[in-house]
Amino acid sequence: MGLLVSIVVVLGIITFAQLIKVFEVTKSLKGGDDHIVTDKENRNQATLMFGYLFVFFAFCIWTYVKYGQFMLPEAASVHGEKIDTLLGFNFLIIILAFIITHILLFYFAFKYQRRVGGKADFITHNNKLELVWTTFPAIVLAVIIIYGISTWNEITRSEPENALTVELYAKQFDWTARFPGEDGKLGEANYRLISGTNPMGLITDNSLEEKLAELNEKKAELDAKLLDAVPDGKIAEDTQEEIWRVENHINKLIAFQKEADNRGAGYISGFDDKPVKVEFHLPVDEPIKFQIRAQDVIHSAYMPHFRAQMNAVPGMVTSFYFTPNKTTEEMRLITKNPEFDYLLYCNKICGAAHYNMQMKIVVESREKYEAWLDQQPVFYAEGLERLLEEELNKKQEVLASKK
Amino acid sequence: MEAQVTEKEILTTQHEEHHHHDEPFLTKYLFSQDHKMIGKQFLITGTFMAFVGMIMSLLFRVQLAWPGEGFAVLNFFLGDKWAPEGVLDPNMYLALVTIHGTIMVFFLLTAGLSGTFANLLIPLQIGARDMASGLLNMLSYWFFFVSSAIMLFSLYVESGPAAAGWTVYPPLSALPQAVPGSGLGMTLWLVSMSLFIVSSLLGGLNYIVTIINLRTKGMKMTRLPLSIWALFVTAILGVLSFPVLFAAALLLIFDRTFGTSFYLSDIYIAGEALDATGGSPLLFQHLFWFLGHPEVYIILLPALGITSEVIATNSRKPIFGYRAMVGSILAIGFLSFIVWGHHMFVTGMNPFVGAVFTFTTLLIAIPSAVKAFNYITTLWKGNIRFTPAMMFAIAMVSTFITGGLTGIILADAALDINLHDTYFVVAHFHIVMGLSAVLAMFAGVYHWFPKLFGTLLNKRLGYIHFWLTFLSAYGVFFPQHFQGLAGVPRRYYSYTEYPMFADFADLSVFITIAAIIGGIAQVIFAYNFIYSAFRGQKSPQNPWGSNTLEWTTPIEHIHGNWPGELPTVHRWAYDYSKPGKDQDFVPQTVPLEEGEVDGESGH
Repeated sequence: MGLLVSIVVVLGIITFAQLIKVFEVTKSLKGGDDHIVTDKENRNQATLMFGYLFVFFAFCIWTYVKYGQFMLPEAASVHGEKIDTLLGFNFLIIILAFIITHILLFYFAFKYQRRVGGKADFITHNNKLELVWTTFPAIVLAVIIIYGISTWNEITRSEPENALTVELYAKQFDWTARFPGEDGKLGEANYRLISGTNPMGLITDNSLEEKLAELNEKKAELDAKLLDAVPDGKIAEDTQEEIWRVENHINKLIAFQKEADNRGAGYISGFDDKPVKVEFHLPVDEPIKFQIRAQDVIHSAYMPHFRAQMNAVPGMVTSFYFTPNKTTEEMRLITKNPEFDYLLYCNKICGAAHYNMQMKIVVESREKYEAWLDQQPVFYAEGLERLLEEELNKKQEVLASKK
Repeated sequence: MEAQVTEKEILTTQHEEHHHHDEPFLTKYLFSQDHKMIGKQFLITGTFMAFVGMIMSLLFRVQLAWPGEGFAVLNFFLGDKWAPEGVLDPNMYLALVTIHGTIMVFFLLTAGLSGTFANLLIPLQIGARDMASGLLNMLSYWFFFVSSAIMLFSLYVESGPAAAGWTVYPPLSALPQAVPGSGLGMTLWLVSMSLFIVSSLLGGLNYIVTIINLRTKGMKMTRLPLSIWALFVTAILGVLSFPVLFAAALLLIFDRTFGTSFYLSDIYIAGEALDATGGSPLLFQHLFWFLGHPEVYIILLPALGITSEVIATNSRKPIFGYRAMVGSILAIGFLSFIVWGHHMFVTGMNPFVGAVFTFTTLLIAIPSAVKAFNYITTLWKGNIRFTPAMMFAIAMVSTFITGGLTGIILADAALDINLHDTYFVVAHFHIVMGLSAVLAMFAGVYHWFPKLFGTLLNKRLGYIHFWLTFLSAYGVFFPQHFQGLAGVPRRYYSYTEYPMFADFADLSVFITIAAIIGGIAQVIFAYNFIYSAFRGQKSPQNPWGSNTLEWTTPIEHIHGNWPGELPTVHRWAYDYSKPGKDQDFVPQTVPLEEGEVDGESGH
């Protein structure tokens, strides 16, 4: 391929050099007037312009025939089918407008090329015509607007209550999907709890304690460092600042604990959450609500086969809900591609490896999905065991007290 | 040709108003306050920047066509650090994409296009001696120059130039930990753009004041050529929207430097939880696109204005529906301020807001359609002369329609869900904004070259340049619609990790080769430009038989534009092929005959 480019470049340079030569020669021969377009030139260029229309249309058709087949297959979600219909409707209109205006543009250019001794008609405006071509697009657009907005409103309606909530968590440069455990609820999360063992920053009673322990240890180290440092020196100053930051962090976490105390319940729904990487499964024909978060910069969760996309924005939780209606197997039959897979990939520039931040999605029956989910490890097995034990103890206590 | 005045006469007539007739090099060519020279300065600087931007696009197109292969040319331009063994580094890929976009959108199509033609045409077409303030005008250019120099300098910093995309969304652009380009490179980007905004404001205010105050006798607003109307509304858009970008940039500078958190919240990066909390990345997007969308029309309106002039002149026919054309310029200008949210349909913005922006955005299609129809009808029953400028103008109408129509798809929030940030968007805005504006700029340069340099661009090279450019233009961007409809995202360094995109491998090669041909065409243009500026055929005073005032000035540049008194305007600019006249054009300075009706109702 390098060779090919080199050839193209070399050919380009040769062509260019030749053109210059021809240009210099013809210039000296004809001494052409650059502001006068001769009749022959005018005719030639007008004809070429008209020819361009056909070349351009032929090119459009050729690219459609050759590459149109690689466009996304039919939508694999309920709302996606509506989007496809809307897209088809809009395309019909714009392709029609494209063809008509282009034929008129290039045909008029050709037809009304300068004639020997000819003169243009002095036509300045035409109120009737102008009214027609303002009103007509306005009516067509009114239809497009109403149809478009009503589809949009349907798509962005809030999800039904029985929807399965799945979290998509983006960071440079991968995705994690988080499924709720037995309780059917996703645990809360906060970026201040992120650590090596808790990459999504889930808030559970344990993760809070662990993070606090880590921070207290760090603070102790810094305190010791401050004692050793020369007072008022640069190191002392920096260390003091670092201590304030860690203290601030600790206070934020303590606030979480206090909140739990106030409401009289710990952070328990996160224990049994199931974070998965690389590939996740979804049950077919069930509404799924994706809650989308980002750790560092903006990413975008793009699932084109389902006609779904929503940005992942640090500092806020976004969401998108849809109902997949074709299993991976069905889609493989439709596309006649036994290797077809649904994909989730990043569609907002996010850094060097933005181009390779993907996850495979498998849509399958409820049974298969459940079997798959059962095999996924929970976020905090130990915590879960402890939780169960505590609950057991409580129950026993209650029983004992009743006796 | 009665205006063949000797230099001596010019000097004596101009003596009272202008004292610097015997000018030294420094004030004549560098720190000139003459609008014609400043126009040339903008054109040459903008064109130079455009070549830089174009070479960048060819470099990343090479990577997209032949991912991961080594090319000596990449190594030649980027060195061992960014293209070891000729393989483009992913961070440098993003930087090239970013700076290509920045240069093309701002430095070429804003400053290069508006700067050149507003400076050249406003005083000449309204009959003024110069801009309202020559000093501000000069400062406008020099702020632009310094801004360009800083942007180019940022290419050479150790950590690389800005790499967060030309829209520089934070947090990516705020955190050097996220991408190396967000270090010093991004700081320089922000400094450069801040200076650019200053330049744009100085220029814009000057254009507005000049058009309002300095029109010559008889030049009513309703007699202004459409080019001036377009430049007028463009300047207003710029003055109202660029300050918002300045605010956005300033807050970003604060976030980057002083630890504020306007745009940052809850971020964990490089093993550390940042303190920033409470900010919103969406705030930046709102501020950015509040400029960003009017910016599209800051680029497009001058292009449409130029096209109107060139098409009317070379069709030898009045522009069809002058009043509707002015009305649609105003309507587009107004609507451009209330559509920015269509860039943010999938950012998590409230869906109701999305519906509102869908509505306002689609409304723009109406004035745009009116403009397209009026261009086509101007050709109808014309007597068309195919100068290179005219051909570029016709091509511009084609790209304006093609790209505008796909805008109808993208404006629909529901459809944008799946097309947002894909190649469909790349194809759309390159065709409707990039190609249209570039083609119109070429039309303008070919048409007004005599007013810039006193000579004509070579016609034959012009035709060759046109055909190569127009063929390669659609060759590059039309097929990208199909990539977009296949879900291919933009700003990807490589697509080899995705089996679903493998079908487009040969298309990428095709696009890159088309782009290289387009690049070669621009070398022909550059040659023609330089050759003709120095050794081109001398132009007669009114080479195209135009009505507008600029063709009544002597072909040699003089201070104050007109020797003696300023011309008086008696009619609109579009009396081409008016019945009962000897010639097929009637300059605006020719008095109305007994019983002759002026303007649109003049038939």
